[in-house]
Amino acid sequence: MSQKTDMKIPALPSDKRSSFLARFGIWIVAAIVLAGLPYVFSSGLAVSTMCMMGTMIIFALSYNMLLGQTGLLSFGHAVFFGLGGFLTAWAMNAVAGTSSPVPLFLFPIMGGFTGLVFGIIFGAVSTKRSGTAFAMITLGIAELVSSSALILRHFFGGEEGITLDRTDMVQVLGLSFGPQIQVYYLIAVWCLISVAAMYAITCTPFGRICNAVRDNPERVRFIGYNTQTVRFMAFSLSGLFAGIGGGLAAINFEIMNSAQMGVGESGAVILMTYIGGIGNFAGPIIGAIVVTYLQLMLSDVTDVWQLYFGLLFIGMVMYAPRGLAGLLALQQPLLQTRQLHHVAPYYILALLPGLVAISGLSMVIEMTYQLAVKTAAGPAMVFFYIPFNANSPLPWIIAVILFAVGTWLFLRAARLAGDAYSQALAWRKLP
Amino acid sequence: MTQTKTPVPALRLSGLEKSFGPMKIIRGIDLDIPAGERHAVIGPNGAGKSTLFHLISGHYQPSGGSVRLHGDDITGIPPQLIARRGLSRSFQVTNLFPQLTVWENVRCATLWALGHKYSFWRNVERLADARQRTEEILREINLIERWNMPAGVLAYAEQRALEIGLAIASNANTLLLDEPMAGMSHGETEHMVELIRKVSENRTLLMIEHDMGVVFDLADRISVLVYGEVIASDTPERIKANASVQQAYLGTEVA
Repeated sequence: MSQKTDMKIPALPSDKRSSFLARFGIWIVAAIVLAGLPYVFSSGLAVSTMCMMGTMIIFALSYNMLLGQTGLLSFGHAVFFGLGGFLTAWAMNAVAGTSSPVPLFLFPIMGGFTGLVFGIIFGAVSTKRSGTAFAMITLGIAELVSSSALILRHFFGGEEGITLDRTDMVQVLGLSFGPQIQVYYLIAVWCLISVAAMYAITCTPFGRICNAVRDNPERVRFIGYNTQTVRFMAFSLSGLFAGIGGGLAAINFEIMNSAQMGVGESGAVILMTYIGGIGNFAGPIIGAIVVTYLQLMLSDVTDVWQLYFGLLFIGMVMYAPRGLAGLLALQQPLLQTRQLHHVAPYYILALLPGLVAISGLSMVIEMTYQLAVKTAAGPAMVFFYIPFNANSPLPWIIAVILFAVGTWLFLRAARLAGDAYSQALAWRKLP
Repeated sequence: MTQTKTPVPALRLSGLEKSFGPMKIIRGIDLDIPAGERHAVIGPNGAGKSTLFHLISGHYQPSGGSVRLHGDDITGIPPQLIARRGLSRSFQVTNLFPQLTVWENVRCATLWALGHKYSFWRNVERLADARQRTEEILREINLIERWNMPAGVLAYAEQRALEIGLAIASNANTLLLDEPMAGMSHGETEHMVELIRKVSENRTLLMIEHDMGVVFDLADRISVLVYGEVIASDTPERIKANASVQQAYLGTEVA
C-alpha cells in the first residue's frame, strides 16, 4: 500500500461537513422554484394542477421508499394515503366551528400520524414476508380496507365520501385558505419538507441498509441486520409520508372518497413511480408531475385515456425500465463531455416517426371506441381537427399505414440513435 | 502460531445433525476449533461441507446437536444474531450487493458492529468511524481503487476479494470462508492465499477449500468430511499420511 497506488484512487468520500451551499443549495433552489411557479403558471387550472402534483409527489416518493429503495412491491399503498386523508377530514370537521386554535397548516400532521399508525399495524403483518408473499398480503390489505369502507359507511361516507371546509379553521396571519393559491403554498411547503425528509432518510445507515435489502436480502442477515425489521421500518415510514400526502389531498379537494384508497389508486402510484424511474431519487417526482399532467390532459381529449396509460406503462417497462429519470441520467455523460448536440438530432429523428406511429395507433383506438361505445353519435367523428367517417375503409387504411410505417421508421431511427449514443460515449473514452 | 489455548474453543460442534426429509446430510459431527486456529474442511462433492457452514452460521436449523461459539449456545438462532456475536462468513457463490458501490458494500457491513444499527436520523456520510473502517478494509483487500464502482461490475476475482471484505468488515473474531478460491486462476489464487493469511491473523478461521495446495499451505488443522461425517481431523502432515483419508478422498487428488 504505497503512495504510488494512491495516485490512481478517485478522491475518497470524506466525513467532513460539506459547505452550506453544497448541503442546502438544491433545497433553496427548489424553494425558489416552488415559490415562483404560480407567477409563471398563473391560471386557475394550472394552480390546481400543481396542487395535485404536489400531493402526488409526496405519495409517489413515499411509495418509492418501498419499491425503489427497499425492493418491496406493494399493491396497497393508497390505503395509507386514503386513511391519512379521511382522518385529516374527520379531525378538521371535529375542530371546525369550535374555538380550538389549530390552524389549517398543521392538519397534514394528522394525516402523517394516521399513515404511520396504520403503517405499523399493517406492516407488522405484511413485512413478516418478502417478495411475492408480501405483495399478495398488501393486495389483501387494500381489499380489506376498501371493503371496510363499504361497511363503515358512517366513517367513510359511502359513495359521496366525507366533505370538509378548509376555510373553517382558525386563521393565522390572515390566511383563510379559501383561494387556491394559498392552498398551493401550503402544499408546496409540506411537499418540500416531506421530500427533504425522505431524501435525508436515504442518506442514513437505515437508508443504505434498505438498499442492501433490495439488492440481496439474504446477505443482509449475515452482516447483522434483521431484514424483517428493515422492511417493517421502511413500510411504516412510507405510510407516514403517504398519510401526509393524503391529508394534503383532503385539504386540497375538500372531499375524501373511498375510491382514493382503492386498488385503482394503489395501481396509479405504481404507474407514476415506475414511469418516473425507481432507481433514482428524483424519478418519482418526475413521474408524479408527468403522470398527473397527462391524466388531466388526456382525460380532456379522450374517454379511453386509461388505455393510453396502459400502453405507456408497458412501453416504459419494456424499453426504458429505469424510467424517465433513467433516460435523463443516460444523457449525463454526454452533457459532461459536450457530446449531446451530436446525438440530440438522432433523438428528434426517432421521435418524429414515433409520433406518427402513435397517431396511427390512437386513430385505430378512437375509431374503435366511436363505433363500439359511442354508437349513438354515429360514425362521423373528428380526429386531430379532421372530420371523417369511421365506417369508411379509407381512415382505417390510413391509420394502419401510419402505424406500420411510423413503427418501422422509428425502429430504424432508434437504432441509429443508439449507435450515435455509443459512438459519443466511446469518443469520450479516447485520450 | 503461538499456543495460547483457552479452555473454551472458539467453535464447538457437538453431535451436529441435519436431515432434509429422509436424507441425512450431516450425521453427527463433533469438532472443536480452538481460538486462533486456521482450520480447513475438505471432502468430496456432496459431503455436506456447505451444509455444515449453513448450520453454523444460522442459515439452516440443525436437526440435532449443538453449536457453541466461545462457549455460548448459538444452535438454531437466526443468522443476524450469530453475526452480531462475532461470527462472520463468505459464500461459495458470490453474494454481494450488486447495485451498491464497493464502498457502500463494505460500509453496510461495518455499520452494525459500530453501533449505528437502524439509525435513520444520522447522515451516513458523516460517520467517521464507518468511513475509517471502510477505507481500512478496502486497502486491506486491495480494492481501494475500485471504491466507487458498483460491485456487480467488478471482475470475478475482485468480487471474491470483496466477499472477504464483507466478512471481515464487522471485525468478527470467527471467520467462515466457503471456497474462497473457487474459479480463480493460479495467480489470483496466490493473491487470495496471502489475503486470507493476512485477514485470519488474530482470528479463528474455518474454511472449505478444494485446492489441496492451498489447504496444506494455510491450515493448522484439517478435517475431512465424507458423507456427513468427519472421518479425520488432524494436522496437514498426518492427514496426508492417514490411510482412510487416502482411500476415501485424497488418493486421486494429491499426486
